[in-house]
Amino acid sequence: MISRRDFVQATVAASAIVGASGVGQWAQLAAQQRLTQDELLAFDPLGSVTLIHMTDLHAQVTPVYFREPEINLGVGAAQGQPPHVTGADFLKLYDIKPGSPAAYALTDQDFVALAKAYGRMGGLDRCATVINAIRAERPDALLLDGGDTWQGSYVSHKTNGQDVVNLVGALKPDAMTAHWEFTFGRDRVDELVKSLGFAFLGANIFDAEWDEPAYEPYKIFERGGAKIAVIGQAFPYLPIANPKWMFPGLSFGVREERIAKLAAEVRKKGADVVVLLSHNGFDVDRKLAARAPGIDVILCGHTHDALPEPVKVGKTHLIASGSNGKFISRIDLDVSAGEVKGLRHKLIPIFADVIAPDATMAARIKAERAPFAAELGETLGVTEGLLYRRGNFNGTWDDLICNALISEREADIALSPGFRWGPSLLPGAPITREDLFAATSMSYPSAYRSEMTGAQLHAILEDVADNLFHPDPYYQQGGDMVRVGGMGYTIDISKPVGKRISDMTVLKTGAAIDPAKTYVVAGWASVNEGVEGPAIWDVVEAYIRRKKTISIDPNKSVRVRGA
Amino acid sequence: MKFTRRQTLALGAGAVATAAMGLPSASVAKIATADEAIAEFTGGAAIKEGGVTLTAPEIAENGNAVQVSVSAEGASAILIVADGNPSPKVATFTFGPLAGAPEASTRMRLIQTQNVTAVAKLADGSFAKASSYVKVTIGGCGG
Repeated sequence: MISRRDFVQATVAASAIVGASGVGQWAQLAAQQRLTQDELLAFDPLGSVTLIHMTDLHAQVTPVYFREPEINLGVGAAQGQPPHVTGADFLKLYDIKPGSPAAYALTDQDFVALAKAYGRMGGLDRCATVINAIRAERPDALLLDGGDTWQGSYVSHKTNGQDVVNLVGALKPDAMTAHWEFTFGRDRVDELVKSLGFAFLGANIFDAEWDEPAYEPYKIFERGGAKIAVIGQAFPYLPIANPKWMFPGLSFGVREERIAKLAAEVRKKGADVVVLLSHNGFDVDRKLAARAPGIDVILCGHTHDALPEPVKVGKTHLIASGSNGKFISRIDLDVSAGEVKGLRHKLIPIFADVIAPDATMAARIKAERAPFAAELGETLGVTEGLLYRRGNFNGTWDDLICNALISEREADIALSPGFRWGPSLLPGAPITREDLFAATSMSYPSAYRSEMTGAQLHAILEDVADNLFHPDPYYQQGGDMVRVGGMGYTIDISKPVGKRISDMTVLKTGAAIDPAKTYVVAGWASVNEGVEGPAIWDVVEAYIRRKKTISIDPNKSVRVRGA
Repeated sequence: MKFTRRQTLALGAGAVATAAMGLPSASVAKIATADEAIAEFTGGAAIKEGGVTLTAPEIAENGNAVQVSVSAEGASAILIVADGNPSPKVATFTFGPLAGAPEASTRMRLIQTQNVTAVAKLADGSFAKASSYVKVTIGGCGG
């Protein structure tokens, strides 16, 4: 595979100057000088078919800091396999120099120092520059969006996803699939889909009543002299992980047999290349690739993994393109006689200070944000340390949210869902309303306050842990562990459901959680209908305003075993 | 999936006519475990793996209405049991000579995570089975 060399060559050169300790203004300039747009885009073309993959934008239309996970444990066959390799191990596996741009983009190592050196990543105007450059070279390239595109920002919340639909629409994608899109409600999805002007694909989305396909399963494109079938796969567990009452009558699921059947069907229709545009999550895709033959490329989404090389399962290449606009993947395919003879791939990091913004897109972004500029920029407080979310067990953003829930809702224990979206904020940065919404924006934000017994809390933790650590990926939902405030616990990820969680302790008193005792629990983002309470962003805003400066104590309340 | 709307409707009508749902009649009430229900169906005969297709979700979207489909080439009857339900016997479908194909679909309630098993009586009188592990979850923290 060429990709590693392509990617690392550019980065090794840069890190020779910057080095692991290279921080501050000088390093930033050096980085920007060394790391050029041409270098980032450099690609030795192959064949005549090109795919461009973007996924899990989560409405981050402007550049962000996004720290990759420190902990991302795999279980079963996935243990120790990418993407369950993080930090220094990741650098070693992919031969990446510590302190290099690639190390910054792909791991949590020295994140704060390197963030100051290399700056923000992403931004749809920068993505537009990259996409336009690829299209200038390969006019027939297909642009495929893996979903989780519309939700995740203040403006997208206020416009019900319209801003993102307008902006991503201007990139002229050829197809997309979905997950959080459906949390705007099925009617809104259908309304927006009508306006898209490109394919909205979901082979696994069914009418629950009649057990019939509810959306287009695939589309066959003729590009670069080849027939390319793109099969869409929406997030399989939407009605379980998100409120099903928001999209009544729809059923999802992995539906492995259907994917295998469709792969055969499109081949029969003359497809030279079969692509699965997937929101399954990486481990589900890896299992599916081994069991559903005939797929050449799976464009992976949902689990937010960014891998500098494809993972190969049999003849299937799995491509993981990260999240939040940080990366765009280019995949060139050499296709002849109805078969993929070769594949070349590059995970292009969107360094916002290196890649020039596309002027047209920059103007569009500005126009979409203009009506909300005052609210977006309002400063609520300052963070003393790094605020981040990604990681299996905790992150400082959720610590902040849990602290706010305990304090503002007068609770013993707080629960915050293990979402993987939500960018990072550097130490000393103001926390704006835009930042708060980037970590909380959703259509079911009510912060509930209820009483639960210790036994119920244990059941919840066990249930979520099984969704993350079941050894069979088809039983995983792809989020991280629910974040807990006010309570510590031990988790043994190697145990079966019901046996993973132990030593539940009230942090304040050190007392063991009593299964029979009742505790006041505050949380948010319940999937149940009719949940009452203020929106989570109002709870957290009140807390930040009161505290002014946010300081998060190191979180040592989760003890992990069996990894 | 396998059925068009019309086929499903036709099948539904046919299945209703012949399916003995697990109602708490006197005889069914005595069946306490899935194994007992299977033994009753097979008369204790050996059961081989394979030859039966059971389609069930990995994780139930709604534990109160879990869609399952079964089919087995040449089957005259198919039993579905859910080993974690208080009343494990879910349904028995019988297929007469006029049945278009030995396949059927139904929805069942699963009270907890458990194995769902389909046992088919094949044309030669032998039995075959297939099982699926179906997770029933609280949900809500994915994403």
